[in-house]
Amino acid sequence: MSAIYKKEIRTFFKTPVGYVFTAIFLASSGFLFSLSCLHAGTTDVSNYYTMLMFAYVILIPLLTMKSFAEERRMGTEQLLLTSPVSIVKLVASKFLACLTLFAATLVVSALYFIPLFIYGEPNVGKIVGCLIGMTLIATCFISIGLFVSSLTQNQFVAALGTIGILAFLLAVGLLGTYVDAGFIKDVVEWISIYSRFSTFTYGLFDVASAVYYLSVSFIFLFLTVRVYEKRRYA
Amino acid sequence: MIEVKDLVKVYGKTVALSGISFSAGEGEIVGLLGPNGAGKSTAMNIITGYLSSDSGTVTVDGHEITDEPEKVKTLIGYLPEIPPLYTDMTVREYMDFVYDLKKCSLPRKPHLSEIASVTKTFEVQDRLIANLSKGYRQRVGIAGALVGDPKILIFDEPTVGLDPGQIIETRALIRRLGRRHTVILSTHILSEVQAVCDRIVIIDRGRIIADEKTDDVSTTVNRNRRYSAKICGPTGEVLATLRSIPGVSGAEVTGERDLDAYVYLIESEKGRDVRKDVFAACASKSYPLIGMEPSGMSLEEVFIKLTGNGKKR
Repeated sequence: MSAIYKKEIRTFFKTPVGYVFTAIFLASSGFLFSLSCLHAGTTDVSNYYTMLMFAYVILIPLLTMKSFAEERRMGTEQLLLTSPVSIVKLVASKFLACLTLFAATLVVSALYFIPLFIYGEPNVGKIVGCLIGMTLIATCFISIGLFVSSLTQNQFVAALGTIGILAFLLAVGLLGTYVDAGFIKDVVEWISIYSRFSTFTYGLFDVASAVYYLSVSFIFLFLTVRVYEKRRYA
Repeated sequence: MIEVKDLVKVYGKTVALSGISFSAGEGEIVGLLGPNGAGKSTAMNIITGYLSSDSGTVTVDGHEITDEPEKVKTLIGYLPEIPPLYTDMTVREYMDFVYDLKKCSLPRKPHLSEIASVTKTFEVQDRLIANLSKGYRQRVGIAGALVGDPKILIFDEPTVGLDPGQIIETRALIRRLGRRHTVILSTHILSEVQAVCDRIVIIDRGRIIADEKTDDVSTTVNRNRRYSAKICGPTGEVLATLRSIPGVSGAEVTGERDLDAYVYLIESEKGRDVRKDVFAACASKSYPLIGMEPSGMSLEEVFIKLTGNGKKR
């Protein structure tokens, strides 16, 4: 398992993928931070992270689009699948590699908060809550990206598919804020990735939301494993 | 060493394999021969665990692949038709990755050096795979299959796309590997099987239609034994003499000559060895017999006869 994990991390930085992802992540987060905090003159980072969540729609597919699609196109998945490594470990390795790069970049982007601590008194609990919430959302989005990547051998199709699904999921969440019908509003908010993030912006660790994000992530990782198992039996 | 039993694989309405069975012993080089689309690659993909079969078993060294997939995979080194190479890695990085991936327990440096020496990839160790020629890529693919010193090596069309020099080198390498490993290779190139394999399994439309030692295949197909004999003397009388020998089912002049001898093709009845009788008959008539050797069908003839090639498939 560690062999595939290490290979994935190395590949991120032997190809442009890692650099492009890191550059776009830091540039977009820097822009959003200056807009929502520095320009607005506030130490409240909740708006910044809410906006950053929408940037994930483009950022996460950059990370996941190659994962399985490229292996399939190049025929290297035959090496992986005929090696003594289970499909579960294969999927887990790829997932953890994507999450590692994402988390590392997210931590680096937190350096933007230094001016807030120098010139103000930001709420550390809120910042930590948002960082945890954003990481949990990223686990969902990465799992979805990996699942879509496992369905095709064209990485651009994988990227577009993932963007479509992530945009739809966030749009459904936004819909909850406009719908007034009680039951539908409750259901939409319950399944909404967007709405569930709000508790983290208060600096609270919402166990139910964390379980929800991890469950969604687990479901899509499970589906990715099933895609490979089904292909063996196809 | 490896036993394949009653493998069945169906893709939708297409039957790719319909109950094939064969085995390969230790140190044997077995060639899976068949036209394109016969089911060779499907069989190999099932043996290596890449695909699963609808029914049937694959047992390697006593371990069944569906029960112990990881154990079986450590016993098999596989080179698919397109070598599974990461083109953004150097050969050294690739070999290190495969070593870790296969959880190899042999000492890393000497083991990988030995493989580089066997496959002659020492000089390209620090080159990017993307920049290697097809021949070197094939060698790196074979090198990857050798990691962990697996008992069984499986090569799918190992010489496709190589130039004649590379083909000869690859075949020589496979023959060398066959001294220490059981090798199964698939090909549709008949000369390759003759040059490399101890045994041939011919597959056509998902069925095994011959499983024999390479030298015996033509005999099996053409149950009557054939000999080519060089005999001096008037052709008409020699032919009459040959045809009168009990057990000879046919004799013909081929038209070839060796000095004053004509070459005759003599066919015997099933299970009869008529060589001594031919010698005695020629001697009694004072027709000097200056040479006689078995004359089986060529592998091409066998292949066409068995697969019905030439007919619409």
